[in-house]
Amino acid sequence: MAEKTQAIVEAGQIERLIEVLHSRGYEVVGPTVRDKAIVYDRLERLADLPVGWTDEQEAGSYRLKRREDGALFCYVVGPQSWKKYLHPADVRLFSAQRQGETFRILSNPDPPPPGRHAFLGVRACELAAIAVQDRVLLHDRYRDPIYQGRREGIFIVAVNCTQSAATCFCTSMGTGPQAHAGFDLALTELLGPDHHRILIEVGSEVGAEVLAELEHFQASDDVEREAETAVGRARSQIQRRMDTTGIRDLLYSNVDHPRWDDVAQRCLTCANCTMVCPTCFCTTVEDVSDVTGDHAERWRRWDSCFTQSFSYIHGGSVRSSAKSRYRQWMTHKLASWIDQFGSSGCVGCGRCITWCPVGIDITAEVGAIRGATASAGENDHGNT
Amino acid sequence: MATLPADPMVPDPYRVGQVWKETFDTFTVALEPAHNAASSAFSPGQFSMLYVFGVGELPISISGDPEEPGRLIYTVRSVGQATHALVSRKPGEMVGVRGPFGGCWPLAEARGKDVVLVAGGLGLAPLRPAIYQVLRHREDYGRLIVLYGGRSPRDLLYRKELAAWARQPDTQVLSTVDYGGLSWRGHVGVVTTLFRYVRLQPARTVAMLCGPEIMMRFVTRELESHGLQESDIYLSMERNMKCAVGFCGHCQYGPYFICKDGPVFPYSRVRSLLEKHEI
Repeated sequence: MAEKTQAIVEAGQIERLIEVLHSRGYEVVGPTVRDKAIVYDRLERLADLPVGWTDEQEAGSYRLKRREDGALFCYVVGPQSWKKYLHPADVRLFSAQRQGETFRILSNPDPPPPGRHAFLGVRACELAAIAVQDRVLLHDRYRDPIYQGRREGIFIVAVNCTQSAATCFCTSMGTGPQAHAGFDLALTELLGPDHHRILIEVGSEVGAEVLAELEHFQASDDVEREAETAVGRARSQIQRRMDTTGIRDLLYSNVDHPRWDDVAQRCLTCANCTMVCPTCFCTTVEDVSDVTGDHAERWRRWDSCFTQSFSYIHGGSVRSSAKSRYRQWMTHKLASWIDQFGSSGCVGCGRCITWCPVGIDITAEVGAIRGATASAGENDHGNT
Repeated sequence: MATLPADPMVPDPYRVGQVWKETFDTFTVALEPAHNAASSAFSPGQFSMLYVFGVGELPISISGDPEEPGRLIYTVRSVGQATHALVSRKPGEMVGVRGPFGGCWPLAEARGKDVVLVAGGLGLAPLRPAIYQVLRHREDYGRLIVLYGGRSPRDLLYRKELAAWARQPDTQVLSTVDYGGLSWRGHVGVVTTLFRYVRLQPARTVAMLCGPEIMMRFVTRELESHGLQESDIYLSMERNMKCAVGFCGHCQYGPYFICKDGPVFPYSRVRSLLEKHEI
């Protein structure tokens, strides 16, 4: 690719950015505050963003806090991810109508939303997660037409993180905090005592067209340096580490490690980690029919390898113990994913750590299996 | 390989042609494409997803003859709501079919060799297409040995066919049951006990196994003790399955998706997994 195209805009131009995207027919979705959390939903105007909010995250804990300033993007990822739109939790696969002793299948999966989506505020780890799901649902032997219909034509506005949460470990997974590719525009928010500006990097032709509609100025070297410093701050704040050296063989060769029994003592098998994970793609199907019994539908819904029913075959569940289910999840995410799809299934976003009700930390579990001196709270007696 | 369907999750309409009662709880169903366009071609060892209107969908191995065109045959044990609904369909009624999916038994690799098929329970059904194939092309293969273990005599599938196969040249068919009852005059014991009646030529034998995991674990040991190489042993694995195209995640078995990497695996690829619990 040619040299980076960058420009600087005043923060207020984000209002204009949303307008421009609307005028181009996009439905703009992005971070907004609801139920004391930052979730992804429709954005009508700049004020719908979590202006002046930040988040504090730790294992098993998430709190929003007011900031002194009007920062637009000074928080990281919340409980939702973009799979909410690309790989929805509930989607109809087809419906069928009884006709005498036969039936007719109406191949009518839930259509993608009428307007294409513009995602505003996609973090680097989330771009990586979208790429991971692309690999699973678009670039494997079969292609999921539902995902494809929702994925094609989306406009992505990435945001480079200028601060990180205590649960972040994107630097270990090589996914962040800076977005390098896979976006139309990438924003870096620059907050100073007397300025509030956004550095915009162009990642595509349509991105350049959108930028042209904003009131923008050429970015000086000073501004670029300020942006580098801001992203560097996020990078240096990241404390959590996962040593991924040889991780596939590490987990494959530790199927019987005592740590799995240890984590099973804490894990509630609640499936939260899989619901918040931006790459977890597992689904189940559900058949529903109306009261006459003449109209039936088949729905696909998110599922989790933490449920007992996930591995049920005639005779019982293959993975009946919590130990085997946690092992399956983590081994898949960090090891077998590499064999299946050529990359790790983990992007280091830290959601599974934050949203685990008992604060199980995947980085600490890997550390314990590796035999490093990692701490996962009081129960850290499974090390060998 | 068939061309990829536009939407791999939407079934094609088939009509029930015939339903045979195999045992007190197991039935064989023949399905014919409702539209001429749909193909009934498959390879031995492959499976389909069968959709019963409003009830559910099931992964079922194809148990018919791959060279008998025009219909797909499945043997189904009625154990739950969806399987019961499936075997209760009357001729002419419709069933949705997706597939066939998965890889096949190594019948090409087995050419010129003896073929040992070891089945446990319903595991005989996915092996039956391989038996048909070997018998149709008898001159391409050495001896055919079928070892079959069932719970009790009333659980044994295809009993007339078993007797007919046993009369074919160079073919040995042995059955055993866990509980014989008073009228049973055959073998009693797990399927591995049948190996004492078989003379294997390990250097020129390919073995194909389908049955409960514990059975397959013991049979692989037995085969290796008779000198078979692990590369000459193949197994058909089973896991929960919702989509059959690698999207739902349910059928994962270590690094594999049974739907697209299996269901038939060379023993060498799954050996270490087979020895672990709850994989």
